[in-house]
Amino acid sequence: MQKLASTLPNMVLSLTTISVVMALALSFVYQKTKGPIERSKQAKITNAIAEVLPEFDNNPVEDKLSVEGEKVIVYRATKNGEWVGSAVKTYTDKGFSGEFILMVGFLPDGSIYNISVIEQKETPGLGTKMGESKFKDQFKQKNPEKNNLTVKKDGGEIDAITASTITSRAFCDAVSRAYEAFKKGGAQ
Amino acid sequence: MDIVNIIILALLVNNVVLAQFLGICPFLGVSQKISTSFGMGAAVVFVMTIANLFTYLIFNFVLATFHIQFMQTITFILVIASLVQIVEIILKKVSPPLYQALGIYLPLITTNCAVLGTAIIAITQNYNLVESLVYAISTGLGFTLALLLMAGIREQLELTGVPKAMRGFPITLITAGMLSLAFMGFAGLVK
Amino acid sequence: MNYLKEFTKGFIKENPLLVLALGMCPSLAVTTSAINGLGMGVASTFVLFMSNMLVALLKNVIPNKVRIPAFIVIIATFVTIVDLTMNAFLPDLYKALGIFIPLIVVNCIILGRAEAFAQKNNVLVSMLDGLGMGLGFTMAIFTVGSIREILGNGSFFNVKFVTEDASTVLLFIMPPGAFITLGYIMMLMNKLKSKLY
Repeated sequence: MQKLASTLPNMVLSLTTISVVMALALSFVYQKTKGPIERSKQAKITNAIAEVLPEFDNNPVEDKLSVEGEKVIVYRATKNGEWVGSAVKTYTDKGFSGEFILMVGFLPDGSIYNISVIEQKETPGLGTKMGESKFKDQFKQKNPEKNNLTVKKDGGEIDAITASTITSRAFCDAVSRAYEAFKKGGAQ
Repeated sequence: MDIVNIIILALLVNNVVLAQFLGICPFLGVSQKISTSFGMGAAVVFVMTIANLFTYLIFNFVLATFHIQFMQTITFILVIASLVQIVEIILKKVSPPLYQALGIYLPLITTNCAVLGTAIIAITQNYNLVESLVYAISTGLGFTLALLLMAGIREQLELTGVPKAMRGFPITLITAGMLSLAFMGFAGLVK
Repeated sequence: MNYLKEFTKGFIKENPLLVLALGMCPSLAVTTSAINGLGMGVASTFVLFMSNMLVALLKNVIPNKVRIPAFIVIIATFVTIVDLTMNAFLPDLYKALGIFIPLIVVNCIILGRAEAFAQKNNVLVSMLDGLGMGLGFTMAIFTVGSIREILGNGSFFNVKFVTEDASTVLLFIMPPGAFITLGYIMMLMNKLKSKLY
């Protein structure tokens, strides 16, 4: 087949056809992946809730209260109708590479049960250590009301991650934001 | 986030080349001489700013309106490619001296991932129009800064006896590594 | 035409990253771990293979003057397909590679192969070229990722082989380490090439 000459109608026709076909192909793939993308986002939230709270039998995603739009949300968990704790999706924008998102689980008395990192883009090998138990387990069983949950440099009782004070401070910031939300929305 | 923070972050702390690895190709390719680095840097600042203006408007008023955000990549790259062409044509007509200075660098910019990268980052960070433009200008200046530093070092490096296998890209990359190490020292400037 | 030669030239002789120095940005940015390097390599290979095939297939219906925009539309489509698919099925890897997934579109390797090879050759050999070049790129970027993860984090494919408290050469996982690692690999490649050819 001869190569099409570069005349104006040819050029317009060829480019338009390619663009239209490609746009159709894309919207097909978009429709196909829309569901799975939404589901994997949901799964991340439900997995994080299950990780940071003791056993529960309701669906906390349906029993939620947003304190700060989509950014801070309190999920209430119950077992046999009794309140066992609340998971708080929280954030900080003070991270070394901007924002990161945590899930903090509180027991009814306000003490922290566990923490899970949902989304972060901190420096691998440094800031990412916040997800490891050595750092985040320091928060377990502590109550932000009674314990000073800031890094030691700021007079608190948390050992900062080596060479990642900024990340450690941001982590504490997110936790205290979660506690504020818990007080506002978790106890009722 | 306030404007000063955006500037310091984009210019020094998260330098587009040395910390975010965007625009490496022109960084390695056009950093032989200080004079050409200036030209390339100016062209990038120019195109980046215009590109961020247009991609911001298109994303918020076209893509978001019709809920076709998944077309972002394809739209942005086409916008940038056409913008570069248009800028080239206008410069040629309006300001021949400027065209003389920047002209040869313009075609190289279409495939400069720093331009597309900056446009996408501005969208994902939810910057408003002013923040987006400030971000683009400071990123462009950060690119120019890195390019100039590199060119200065490479002009000196020309005069030294580099081992044969190290010549060209290897020594340039390792030098860039040292520069990047130095830029990490800026980390404490913000917050 | 020697099909085997077209397929294997991207491995060493014309390795897109280590010899032609194309695709530098993702090779430096996402290679903080072996799995990230591998993921980026595979994603780029898919785009390269598909765009080479389509460009070779359509080369006669694309007028010469509009070939670059046409190629860009084709490449951007496959990039978006990869973007959406990874977001849906490999969300963690998708997050780790971040902005560098959409930026595959400006990876010079892909437009370069379309322009320099696929638009002049038949479909089969263009597919082989795309696959070979993609594999060459994948091997190179995977090597960079492995070295950085082993030295910088003391692990390989997220399996730690040092104790939790052991200090590793953190430099390698941070931005300067990327430049230095790639620099030394390219030096070795120069040595190897001067011995082989």
